[in-house]
Amino acid sequence: MTTCAPLLELRNLQKHYFLRPNLLGKPTATVHALDDVNLTLSAGETLSIVGESGCGKSTLGKTVVRLHQPTDGQILLDGRRVDQIGGAELKAFRARVQVVFQDPYSSLNPRIRVRDTLSEPLHNFGLAKDAAAVTQRVEELLDMVGLPRDAAGRYPHEFSGGQRQRIAIARALSPRPDLIVCDEAVSALDVSVKAQIVNLLGDIQKKTGLAMLFISHDLAIVEHLTHRVAVMYLGRVVEVGNRREIFGNALHPYTRALISAVPQPDPMNKTRRKLLTGDVPSPIAPPPGCRFNTRCPFATDLCRAEVPVLRAVGGTHQIACHYDNLVEAAA
Amino acid sequence: MDTPTQALPPLPDLFPPQPRRGKVRRLIVQHPSIVIGGSLLVLIILLAIFANWLGTVDPYKIAPAKRNRLPSMDFWFGTDTLGRDIYSRVLYGGRVSLFVGVSVAFLATVLGLVTGLIAGAYRRLDAIIMRLMDGLMSIPPILLAIALVAAIGGSVLNVILAITMAEFPRMSRIVRGVVLSVREQPFIDGAIAAGSTMPKIIIRHILPNIMGPIIVQATYICSAAMITEAALSFIGAGTPPSIPSWGGIMNEGRMLWQIKPYIILFPAVFLSVTVLAVNLLGDGLRDALDPRSATRL
Amino acid sequence: MELLNVQHLRTHFRSAEGAVRAVEDVSFRLETGKTLAIVGESGSGKSVTSLSIMGLLDKKTARNSGSITFGGRNLLTLSEREMRKIRGNEIGMVFQEPMTSLNPVLSVGRQIGETLRLHQGLSRQAARTRAIDLLRLVDIPAPERRIDEYPHQLSGGMRQRVMIAIALACEPKLLIADEPTTALDVTVQAQVLDLMRDLQKRTGTAIILITHDLGVVADIADRVIVMYAGRTVEEAATADLYARPMHPYTKGLLATIPRLGSSLLPGEPARLEEIPGQVPSLRKPIHGCAFAGRCKFSVDLCRSKAPVLERKSEGHSVACHLADNGVSA
Repeated sequence: MTTCAPLLELRNLQKHYFLRPNLLGKPTATVHALDDVNLTLSAGETLSIVGESGCGKSTLGKTVVRLHQPTDGQILLDGRRVDQIGGAELKAFRARVQVVFQDPYSSLNPRIRVRDTLSEPLHNFGLAKDAAAVTQRVEELLDMVGLPRDAAGRYPHEFSGGQRQRIAIARALSPRPDLIVCDEAVSALDVSVKAQIVNLLGDIQKKTGLAMLFISHDLAIVEHLTHRVAVMYLGRVVEVGNRREIFGNALHPYTRALISAVPQPDPMNKTRRKLLTGDVPSPIAPPPGCRFNTRCPFATDLCRAEVPVLRAVGGTHQIACHYDNLVEAAA
Repeated sequence: MDTPTQALPPLPDLFPPQPRRGKVRRLIVQHPSIVIGGSLLVLIILLAIFANWLGTVDPYKIAPAKRNRLPSMDFWFGTDTLGRDIYSRVLYGGRVSLFVGVSVAFLATVLGLVTGLIAGAYRRLDAIIMRLMDGLMSIPPILLAIALVAAIGGSVLNVILAITMAEFPRMSRIVRGVVLSVREQPFIDGAIAAGSTMPKIIIRHILPNIMGPIIVQATYICSAAMITEAALSFIGAGTPPSIPSWGGIMNEGRMLWQIKPYIILFPAVFLSVTVLAVNLLGDGLRDALDPRSATRL
Repeated sequence: MELLNVQHLRTHFRSAEGAVRAVEDVSFRLETGKTLAIVGESGSGKSVTSLSIMGLLDKKTARNSGSITFGGRNLLTLSEREMRKIRGNEIGMVFQEPMTSLNPVLSVGRQIGETLRLHQGLSRQAARTRAIDLLRLVDIPAPERRIDEYPHQLSGGMRQRVMIAIALACEPKLLIADEPTTALDVTVQAQVLDLMRDLQKRTGTAIILITHDLGVVADIADRVIVMYAGRTVEEAATADLYARPMHPYTKGLLATIPRLGSSLLPGEPARLEEIPGQVPSLRKPIHGCAFAGRCKFSVDLCRSKAPVLERKSEGHSVACHLADNGVSA
C-alpha cells in the first residue's frame, strides 16, 4: 500500500432520493440512501463495502462512478474534485474509474459482439490510433481475463455466466483504469465460478496495480480478498478498518452480528447465531440517533437520541458507536 | 438409504428426436400466424401491383350500357351504377389502401421513434413531449383526420399525413415505454461508464434492443390506417372519389346495398382480409420477437 | 418411516434446439421428520427435481420417467386434479422469491386462509383464526394486524415467513424449500433457517432443501445429495460429506468456498481453490462422467463410461470410477 495522498476520497457524501412528488412537484418522501459518508482509498488497494440490502452500498458505488449525482458532499480523485465536472473532464474521469455490475446477463448489450463491447471505451476515450491497435488491445484483454481470442467475434448469449462476467471485467479494464468499482460482481455467479472470478480479480490487481472498491454482501469473500473494509448500515458507515481489525476484532455490534450470521460450510461449527431480530428499517424514515438502535440488543437512551460519529479507536480502526466495545461491555 | 444400482445401458431420450425440418417447415410449425398472415398479405400486394395483367379493364371507364351487372364471367365482381368493372376497381383500389397503410406505418414509426427516443432518453423533454402526445391522443383519430383533410384538402398524400398525425402518438408512447425499460438495464450504465454519449447510446445500445415491439406496433398501425382510410373515403372525406379505393367503392355502393350488395361486399371482403392478414402477421411477430415467449429453455 | 422414494427420476425438456436433459437418473429416499438437502449449481437439475415432485412442470414441454412414490402412490402417474389435492396440502412449497410467489392484490390473511379453506374446508372465520396462529408460529410480530396487510407492506424476511406459513398451513408431511434464503440478507437468512429448524422439530415435517449454498446445508440438513449436470454425484449424511467428501466435484466445491477467518492466517490472502472450466451443456448427450472435463483426476475410463452411484461406506454413496483409489490427493 502506498503512503501518498489517497486515490479516491469521499467527503461527507450524501445521496438522497426524492419520492412521490405531490401535485406541485415537491417530494413528499426522502430516501436517505447515503448520509455523511467519509472514506478514502489508496492506489492499488481494495476497499470493500459490506452491509445488508438497502444499506446504501450499491448507491455508493454508482455515485462514485458518477452514474448517480451526489446530493451533497465531495468526491475527490487524486485530490481533485470530480463530483461536479462534466464534458471532457468527466470523460477523462470515466476512463480512470470503471465499473463491473452484478448481473452478467443484463450488463452486456445482447446485440453487440464482444469485440465491439470491449472496443467501445477505446473509441470513446481515443485510446487506439487505428483498427490494428484496437484488435491488439481486444486480444490482450481477452488473454488477461482468460477467454479465447475467438470470443471477440461472438455474442454474449453464447457464453455462460462466468464467461460473461469475464467479458464485463475486460470491458472495465479496457481503458486501463486506476479504479474499478465491483458492484456485487461475483454475487450472481455459481460457487465454482465465483472462485475463478475472485482469483481473476486478485491476479489483475497484482498485475496492473489498480485499486478496487469491492461492494459485496458476502463477508467470507470480502475477508479473503480485501485490504480494508467499511461496514454500512442504513446509509451510514458504522465501522471501518483493515481486514484483521474488522474480521478479528470487530467493535460495532452490527459488524459483530453480521459476521456471526454468515453461514459456514461446516456442520460441526454451529456457533453462528447471535441473531439480529427484525429487519432493516426503511431508509425513508431512518430511526433517530444511531440508526442501528432499533435492532441493537445493547442500545441505550444515548443511542436513541444522538447520532454517533465515526471516530478512531486505534490503528486504522474507526467505529460509529457511542461506546468503545458495546458487545464485550454488555457481556 | 442407499439405492442399489447396476450399470445402466445408455439412456434413451424421453422425447423422440425431432425430425430435422427445413427452415420453412420449422417456421410454419412454430409461427403459423406469421406464415398465414404473411402469405395472405403478399398475395394481396401482388394482386394490387400486377393489377394491369390480371384480367382487369380500365377502372375509370364508364359504360352506361353495362350498369349494375351481377357478377358473371365477364364481370367477375359485377359492375357499379356507372358500369365500371368492380373487379378492376377493387384491385386498383388495393393500391391506395396498401399505399396508405404502409406509408402511415412508416411515417408514424419514424415520427414515433424520434419523439419517443427523445422523451425516453432525455428526462427534461419527457413531460413536454408526452403531454403533447396525450393531447393528440385525446382526439379520436378519425375526427382528427377529418378535420385535417377538411383543412388541407383531400388527396392521398393529405390522407396519409392526417392519419399519421392521429396514429404516431401511440407509437411514440410505446417507444418511450420500451426505452425507459431498456434504460434501466445495467448495460446502459456500462455504456455510460465506457464514455459513450447519449446519442451514441441511443443508436448503438437502445435502438437495436427495442426493434421488436416497434415492428409489431407498426403492423397494427398499418392495419388501423387502412381502416381509417376506408372510413374516410366511405364518408367522402378521404381520397378524391375519382381515384378508386376500397372505402370509396363501398361509399358508392352504399345507396344500393340492399339491392346490389355485391358492390359493397367485394371491397369490404378485401379490406377485412388485408387487415386480418396484417394483424395476424403482427401477432405472429410479437410472439416470435418477444424473448419471453420464445421457444428457448 | 419412509415418506418419499424417488427412483431413477429423469426429466427432459423439449426445446426448439432439441432435447434438454435436465435430470438424468436421480434416486433418493426421505424419511419423516428429516431434512434432505439437494445441492448443486445452476443447471444441476436440483430445481427441476423439486418441480417434478410437485408436478409443476409443463406437461407439453417436459417429460419424466422413473417413479416418485409418496404416500404409497406414484406422483408421476397422478392426474393434475389429484396432484392439486396433494400440492399445498400434503406437500408444502417455499420458493426463492417471496414477492413473486405471493399474490400482490390479496391480503396475507386471505392467501393463508384460501389454502385452509380449499384443502381443509374451514369456514372463513376459522381460517382467519388459524391464519393468525400460523403467523404467530412463524414469529411475525403483531399477527392480528399483519394479517390484513398486503405483501408489498412486508419486508423480504417477513414475506418469506408468510410463504412458510402458507406452506405449513395444512400441516404437510413434506415441505419443499427451493432456495428459501437466497434472496435474503444474511442476518435474516439466519432467522429463517432457525425458524425452519424449529418448526420441523415441532411439526415433524420432512424438508427437501434445494440450495447452492453449502453453508446453509451445513446448518440445517441431515443428509445431502450433490447434483451435477442432472446427475447425483454423491450422497451422504451431512457431517460425513463435509468431513469425508469423495467425489472430486464435492471436494472442489468445498474447497472453493472462502471461509471466515482467512484474515487471521499469516501472510497475504492465498488464491482460492478453483474448479476450472464450465458446466457441460445439457443439450448434447454426455458420454462418460459428466464431470470428466473439469476433473483433474480424470482418466480415459471417465470419458467413455458413465460411473454409477455406488455405496462406499455406511450411508455414503458416490458416482466416481476412482473413488476407491482414493482420489483424495
